[in-house]
Amino acid sequence: MRDAATHISVQGVHKVFESGGQEVHALRAIDLEVPRGQFVCLLGPSGCGKSTLLNAVAGFSLATSGTITVDGQAITEPGPDRGMVFQEYALFPWMTVEQNVAFGLEIKGTEKAAIHEKVASLLAMLNLTDFRKRYPKDLSGGMRQRVAIARVLALDSPIMLMDEPFGALDALTRRNLQDELLRIWTELKKTILFVTHSIEEALYLADRTVVMTYRPGTIKRDLMVDLERPRDVASPAFNALKKELGHLLMEEQTRHNQAEFKGAAVD
Amino acid sequence: MKGYRHAASGVLVPLAALAFWQLLSTMGWVNATILPSPGAVLVKWWAYLRPLEAFDPSQGSYLKWCFTGELIQDTIGSLYRVLAGFAIGGGLALPLGLVMGYSRVAYGLFNPLVQVLRPIPPIAYIPLSILWFGLGNPPAVFLISIGAFFPVLMNTVTGVQTVDSIYLRVGRNLGASRLTQFTRIILPAATPYIFTGARIGMGTAFIVVIVSEMIAVNNGLGYRILEAREYLWSDKIIAGMFTIGLLGLGIDTLMSRLSSHLLKWHRGLEQG
Repeated sequence: MRDAATHISVQGVHKVFESGGQEVHALRAIDLEVPRGQFVCLLGPSGCGKSTLLNAVAGFSLATSGTITVDGQAITEPGPDRGMVFQEYALFPWMTVEQNVAFGLEIKGTEKAAIHEKVASLLAMLNLTDFRKRYPKDLSGGMRQRVAIARVLALDSPIMLMDEPFGALDALTRRNLQDELLRIWTELKKTILFVTHSIEEALYLADRTVVMTYRPGTIKRDLMVDLERPRDVASPAFNALKKELGHLLMEEQTRHNQAEFKGAAVD
Repeated sequence: MKGYRHAASGVLVPLAALAFWQLLSTMGWVNATILPSPGAVLVKWWAYLRPLEAFDPSQGSYLKWCFTGELIQDTIGSLYRVLAGFAIGGGLALPLGLVMGYSRVAYGLFNPLVQVLRPIPPIAYIPLSILWFGLGNPPAVFLISIGAFFPVLMNTVTGVQTVDSIYLRVGRNLGASRLTQFTRIILPAATPYIFTGARIGMGTAFIVVIVSEMIAVNNGLGYRILEAREYLWSDKIIAGMFTIGLLGLGIDTLMSRLSSHLLKWHRGLEQG
């Protein structure tokens, strides 16, 4: 089934969790083919399994059944070919900015001079050069997320997995980093899987937005976003899509709320 | 200005206590053998500090002579025991703590024994320590090492166990081997706990050294204050006690300086 352009292929993936003695179907029958270089946003309310799917692709928590392949290779464990950016930055606090970015290369066994050069160019790319000797605790959230992105870019991984990376940032910093991510993506031609619960973020960034349902997580809508970049969030076309996705999301949010109320009634 | 006022208020209570103490003595409200005056303690302190013999160039350098005072020799003796005991106790606790923190199997094997032994105060080991090691430094160092062992062990275990799992996930994502995960992620992430353990362990070592010197050796600050009691030299007892206090404060300050220097990345030390 896989054609040459497919980079990430998710086929018939189920994920079942055990939670408080009950089986939770986090993902059910997910099929997703992501071509090389595509920017895909996974969109849905909390509990829809979008992060679960991302973690399965990352190899942190494997699918209960079904297969996920990258370039035709089944995923069995996490690896530097699929760099991940976390919402909570997850920078190593005992390492300076520079050391955080260099860490992946050191693990790879890259030569010192090459590491130095690579780190310097990445820090320049993300406007971090002046902060290279700082520790994460001295940086703002936006700065920290820049470092986390640089750390993943250092791996030269063809795939970037991003788990609500800008969720904790204020609106301006968020837009700023979104633009920067688009610039990097255009320049480096990565395949990106980006989890978000913000409709606007998904429409602003993605080539394709995949809307997921609340438990069990299935694909509700797979939408190609054919808007010209840079996208104008105030344009009628943008807002028409926003409205459409808003309806879909609200349905799932309602199911989510009902499930929670039911859960509360049982308790 | 504010710092000044802060420092000034910090000496207020000690000065008042000293004045009250002096008042008790000058008014003759307490017997000088029971509680000598601050002045008498200071005089004794100085006598305890300075070399007993006059300077004799044929016996070595002036600097060496400066260190022949009883107080200096006692301090050196006590410090030696503290450092030796701490090095042994902490040196054994650190690797065991790392292994217990990292491996559930090792934790399951060792933790029950540790929990049984941990509440036994080091002082309870005194009879056995003499039976096993005789007199002199060895039983003292043994007791101190026990005192230092458990704080370092418990904190190291907790430090390793509580490493935020997201760092390990990042490590796996970046392709780190198990060894790299351990040396570059778990170990540095656990250092704030390890340092806390070391600081507590050092404090315990310092308490135990005084007790151990009261039983097995014939020098050191603990020995000296017990000896002074035999002669009812309460001024010397108090001089010795203050020396112990100041030395302890000095060591603790040093440890805390060292740890804030090494842990300058740590969030908890931002104000430090």
